[in-house]
Amino acid sequence: MTPTTDHTVLVLSGGLSHEREVSLRSGRRVATALRDSGYTVLESDVDQALVPLLQGRDDIVVVPLLHGETGEDGAIREVLELVGAPYVGSRPAPCRLAFDKSISTAVMAKNGVTTPHQVALPHDIFRELGANALVSALGGALGFPMMVKPARSGSALGCTKVSTPEELPAAMVGAYAYGPVAVVETYIEGVEVAVGVLDTGDGPRALPAVEIRPQSGVYDYAARYTAGATRFLTPAQIDDSVAAACAEMALRVHERLGLRDLSRTDLIIRDGEPVFIEANVAPGMTETSLLPIALEAEGGSLAESWSALVEHAVSRMSK
Amino acid sequence: MYAERAHGMTASAVRSLFAVANRPEVVSLAGGMPNISDLPLDVIGGLVSDLIKDHGTQALQYGSGQGELMIREQICEVMAEEQIHGHPDDVVITHGSQQGLDLLTRIFCDPGDVILAEAPSYVGALGTFAAYQAEVVHVAMDEHGLNPQALRQALLTLRAAGKRVKFLYTIPNFNNPAGLTQPLERRKEILAIADELDLLIVEDNPYGLLTIDGQDPLPAMRSLDDTHVVYLGSFSKTFAPGLRVGWVLAPHGVREKLVLAQESATLAPSVFSQFVVSTYLAHWDWRAQLDTFRAMYRERRDAMLRGLTEHMPPGSTWTHPTGGFFVWLTLPEGLDSQAMLPRAVSARVAYTPGTAFYADGMGSRNIRLSYCFPPPERIIEGTRRLGEVINNERDINETFGLKSFTHTPRIHPGPGPDLR
Repeated sequence: MTPTTDHTVLVLSGGLSHEREVSLRSGRRVATALRDSGYTVLESDVDQALVPLLQGRDDIVVVPLLHGETGEDGAIREVLELVGAPYVGSRPAPCRLAFDKSISTAVMAKNGVTTPHQVALPHDIFRELGANALVSALGGALGFPMMVKPARSGSALGCTKVSTPEELPAAMVGAYAYGPVAVVETYIEGVEVAVGVLDTGDGPRALPAVEIRPQSGVYDYAARYTAGATRFLTPAQIDDSVAAACAEMALRVHERLGLRDLSRTDLIIRDGEPVFIEANVAPGMTETSLLPIALEAEGGSLAESWSALVEHAVSRMSK
Repeated sequence: MYAERAHGMTASAVRSLFAVANRPEVVSLAGGMPNISDLPLDVIGGLVSDLIKDHGTQALQYGSGQGELMIREQICEVMAEEQIHGHPDDVVITHGSQQGLDLLTRIFCDPGDVILAEAPSYVGALGTFAAYQAEVVHVAMDEHGLNPQALRQALLTLRAAGKRVKFLYTIPNFNNPAGLTQPLERRKEILAIADELDLLIVEDNPYGLLTIDGQDPLPAMRSLDDTHVVYLGSFSKTFAPGLRVGWVLAPHGVREKLVLAQESATLAPSVFSQFVVSTYLAHWDWRAQLDTFRAMYRERRDAMLRGLTEHMPPGSTWTHPTGGFFVWLTLPEGLDSQAMLPRAVSARVAYTPGTAFYADGMGSRNIRLSYCFPPPERIIEGTRRLGEVINNERDINETFGLKSFTHTPRIHPGPGPDLR
């Protein structure tokens, strides 16, 4: 598809989050894809030059590929709204809901989606109430193994599977290194899949589910970003009915959280039933990321999809 | 699909956290980039221009695998500053001393062979050794660097267990990361053990000329023993790391193999870079330039030590380097520097966790702080931020009653070479 807009695309990546490196990789890949499609593409970090740049031009459409805080918590999108720049992706408030696992999990549970049993705790509460009693209560309520995660983080950073009570304190400390709130969840044993959702103007549709099989058994940072360390199966090796249930869940998450344009829902299939794990408003676009794999699996390309997303964002602005 | 030796080459969450360190908001005490802003760039520009005009057809041509004779002669003059009497025939030019280390490991080590190294040791060397599937055994240090008794014990124990110990890798001056220096007497003790037990020593000396307390450089180990010591030198810290010029001074037999290994690796080291270094050494007062660097690094080292004194919580200790780039910080008991790194990144300060400098999972209580790149006021600010980070981490750890940490032994890639 050749560009119909003469807007310049501004790909935002980097930022100061823990996921800066992943974001830079996502940004470079999408920028290249859009350039190959004929767009004029600028690439920018998030710094003091950004707002003056956006205020000085009215022919820019923004592609925010910032992962982690600022990028996914709605902050940068508030700024884009403020300066009136068209952009691809969800609006600020839904980002805030989706990015924080302590909120998104509760919202989706309320919407009838199966989620892990989750407890969200800020670090202060442990100091005030005493860690021993709380740690033991967590064990009693959730059982082992359990997952400990920072409430607001991505790329599995700060996430630990905890198999015994003795491992829990270090896992909590590890999660709190990424932010003041941690979530502790029941561990869901099953098949890990990710389902992308894309909406380029004709309504949201689910992409084929991608099944994740890390060679090490754990889909951690190394398994995510080392080429070849994880096998991705698309379509996932699951029954059609299960695949349909996964697609249905991803669409429901996209809709109920109020997401826009694109999202990715990560879930685990336990005994044939999908369990919601998390939603992503700025899904990774690196060479080993899941949403691009799903796009290629259905015969499309990153370039085509991003071109359509850009055109859609521009047309939305002119309406 | 990949070779066994590539299995450790994976993406690393710890390394990814360093990505923010090059942003101006962040004080990076993590990297090892020398501050070369004091170089006379206009002079060097003129020299390079003349070099291309007058000697371009040589400087831009293939060269010898061993390196060009004129620079090998000049390197012998540079080494004489540390009392080494080397012969240009025994010098092999490498793509930085890092490549010298790579070639040495290539010609000496089969998978499973053992290399002895200081505890802690340079992360880039550990990576090279891992790439050849050599096993690293760390040897304890005290305030005078590598401990001779521990060295003897380790060597005897390993040999008794049937292990093939190929060499001792040591950084006697301003050790990276510990900042410690072996006094002359200590060097002699280690060389005596090498002589008695027939142990090859690889002496890595990138920082030896960067003495910053007015002292003369100590005699290199190689100056005291030319049969057991292979010497690695570098222009990366004293002139320009971008040129990638280092060297190996080795006994005849080793040198012959190094040249062949160099030819199969690269055909020849960069001739152009060698000409640039050679021209610089010939036409600029490089000794005076070293004095400029020494004064600049002294100021930064002083800022680092002052900042640490002001901002580190009780229970922390640190080394007091008299040269080089690094201070080695030991955190109060119960803290894990690797687990704390994301917290530091959020607080806009970066450091290298101690675990990067061990092949055996140790080092979790340690941090390498570098004072080479940030200016003094930023170094002070960095220590202030780090002090807060440590206090917050300690609060959390106390809340959870954490006492100690163990990490799975693995080679951490450490910060990239272009990290500030």
